[in-house]
Amino acid sequence: MTSIIKDKAIIDSPYTIQSVDDADVSVANTILPLSVYLQNESELAKRNDVGVWLSADDEIEQLTGKLDQLALVALDFPSFGDGRAYSNANILRRKLAYTGEVRAIGDVRRDQLEQMLRCGFDAFQLADGQDIEACAANMKTFSFNYQTSIDRPEPLFRSR
Amino acid sequence: MYIYDNYDQKMIDERVEQYRDQTQRFLAGDLPAEEFQHLRLRNGLYIQRLAPMLRVNVPYGMLSSKQLRKLAHVARFFDKGYGHFTTRQNMQYNWPKLEEVPDILAELASVEMHAIQSSGNCIRNTTSDQYAGVAVDEIEDSRAYAELIRQWSTFHPEFNWLPRKFKIAVTGCREDRAAVQVHDIGVRLVEKDGKVGLQILAGGGLGRTPVLGSVIKEYLDKEHMLTYIEAILRVYNRYGRRDNKYKARIKILVRAMTAEVFAEKVEEEWLSIKDGPGTLTEAEIQRAKSFFTRPAYKALPEGSDALNDALKQNFAFKAWMTHNVKPHQETGYAIVNLALKETGVAPGDVTDEQMEVIADLADTYSFGELRVTHEQNVTLADVEQASLFNLWKTLCEHGLATPNLGLLTDIICCPGGDYCSLANAKSLPVADAIQRRFDDLDYLHDLGDLDINISGCMNACGHHHVGNIGILGVDKKGQEFYQVSIGGSAAANSSLAKILGPSFAQAEIPEVVGKLVDVYVNNRVEEEFFIDTYNRIGIAPFKSSVYAEKA
Repeated sequence: MTSIIKDKAIIDSPYTIQSVDDADVSVANTILPLSVYLQNESELAKRNDVGVWLSADDEIEQLTGKLDQLALVALDFPSFGDGRAYSNANILRRKLAYTGEVRAIGDVRRDQLEQMLRCGFDAFQLADGQDIEACAANMKTFSFNYQTSIDRPEPLFRSR
Repeated sequence: MYIYDNYDQKMIDERVEQYRDQTQRFLAGDLPAEEFQHLRLRNGLYIQRLAPMLRVNVPYGMLSSKQLRKLAHVARFFDKGYGHFTTRQNMQYNWPKLEEVPDILAELASVEMHAIQSSGNCIRNTTSDQYAGVAVDEIEDSRAYAELIRQWSTFHPEFNWLPRKFKIAVTGCREDRAAVQVHDIGVRLVEKDGKVGLQILAGGGLGRTPVLGSVIKEYLDKEHMLTYIEAILRVYNRYGRRDNKYKARIKILVRAMTAEVFAEKVEEEWLSIKDGPGTLTEAEIQRAKSFFTRPAYKALPEGSDALNDALKQNFAFKAWMTHNVKPHQETGYAIVNLALKETGVAPGDVTDEQMEVIADLADTYSFGELRVTHEQNVTLADVEQASLFNLWKTLCEHGLATPNLGLLTDIICCPGGDYCSLANAKSLPVADAIQRRFDDLDYLHDLGDLDINISGCMNACGHHHVGNIGILGVDKKGQEFYQVSIGGSAAANSSLAKILGPSFAQAEIPEVVGKLVDVYVNNRVEEEFFIDTYNRIGIAPFKSSVYAEKA
């Protein structure tokens, strides 16, 4: 079990993340790299305990048409300064209309959780060394936002 | 001017407290230095060679007298009594204490100012034409659109961790005083079939690889401004290079993809959000415009006998009028540029006392408002012509009337190696040496418009690529040297300067500039400026003169 923040609460997640090199597709409750998933798609699509994770280099559009068969989608932050996953989450929610769990994994840190929430992430598997209690308690700083976002599509100017 | 409502104020107040918490966690050892670095940068705080440097945003260069007095207060109580206006219309403090920055930000928030996203790999302060609303060549006032972009880009959740910094400039005039062609995104207000809309450029920039931006959307209706910019940012955020910080700006992406393919990619993304909730409403555009209305101008005649007499009797006043005063949209009014380029003072530096004087002058002469320019000067935009002589006399008393606007000694210069940890070489002593070499005002006026731009390193904060004469500090085996280029221009038909040849030692620079000026003087015809002569005769005569005696 891994402690994660989901819908702003701390919960235990049964899912384990596997790397490309030694992925074992027979493991239950698992999050597989996109390439491994695609190689074994016909078999994995029948299960309901398999999620997929995308590196920041992966094209999120590759999930088009496959979302119904996934338990969750995880997007990797290779470092906290690499912002590609924010755009991937936006496209996943908006263009691909995915409503299931979108989990932030990798270098996920306290001061960026609010931005992630606004881009469509709803679950957070934090980087090592992060205080999960403090993170869960400090996810929101701002009462208003100027621009449209996934969590609040109506920009401020429409209600001013 | 834009005035905050409760929403705007609440957001910057919350930001001050968020940053105070981040600073305290850093000082308590709970936030690693490498992480805090990125968080403080997004609030404008650099750790420099000698001390931290705090960059405060002046959105599109607009300041009220009240705000300037607050900047003076901050300079006096938290710094060493002065600040520095930058080439991007911001104010920098060179000596704040890291632990006091949250208090400085709280002071600034009390006058609707902040340092949000003034550095870091995110969308920076939106800049505009310093003469917006008063320029005679204006199609439409650009400030409302700059303000809409400022709000949209502030705390944008998706674009706070871009491959590299991102700068947007807006102009509503025919002459490009906002340098839109050398910004990551340039927005031009243009007229088509009697309707004003937007033309969008992308991929311009200075720095190590100077590039002029390409037009990627010829015409866009205003309501689509924010969704279109969002589409550009999304394409850049996804595909901009992150493996090499020198290749991470959008200009490299646009060039690699070609402007045509980049434009197609943006168009495709834009069509997926076009007419969505991010589309501007007419009400919102009108709300933004309502803050930038014309002040209560009096019905005044153009010029006056008293003004003409003063011009006849006082050569210094006449020189100042010729160079520092520009025509105004409104009859009987003038645009006045204060010069912060007195010899012996670093370009753009302004003391706390000068700031207070300027604030008082803005109240007395210009509806309590002023603007900061790209050329690191300050503009009083709405001065009655009948007041010009009195204003000039006051400016003279405070060292703010140097009549050198646009002339050789009106040097644009970054803080350089004296302050900046990125710099290869010092830039301020070079500016000072050039100003001292050319101290004859009559001669300067005879030379006419001549832009000198100095940058202490490849990051090009002094915009050396678009200087008629550009000077770049380079490191040669641990020694400070200077590469000289000529022929750049930041005017509407921007051009990038060409490198003259091998670089020079610091002491040689005033003489090199002297020789370049001599070649111009010996070759110019009629009323040609330096750049015109250069465009006509090319680089060769300049090259051979400068390097002849060295060989």
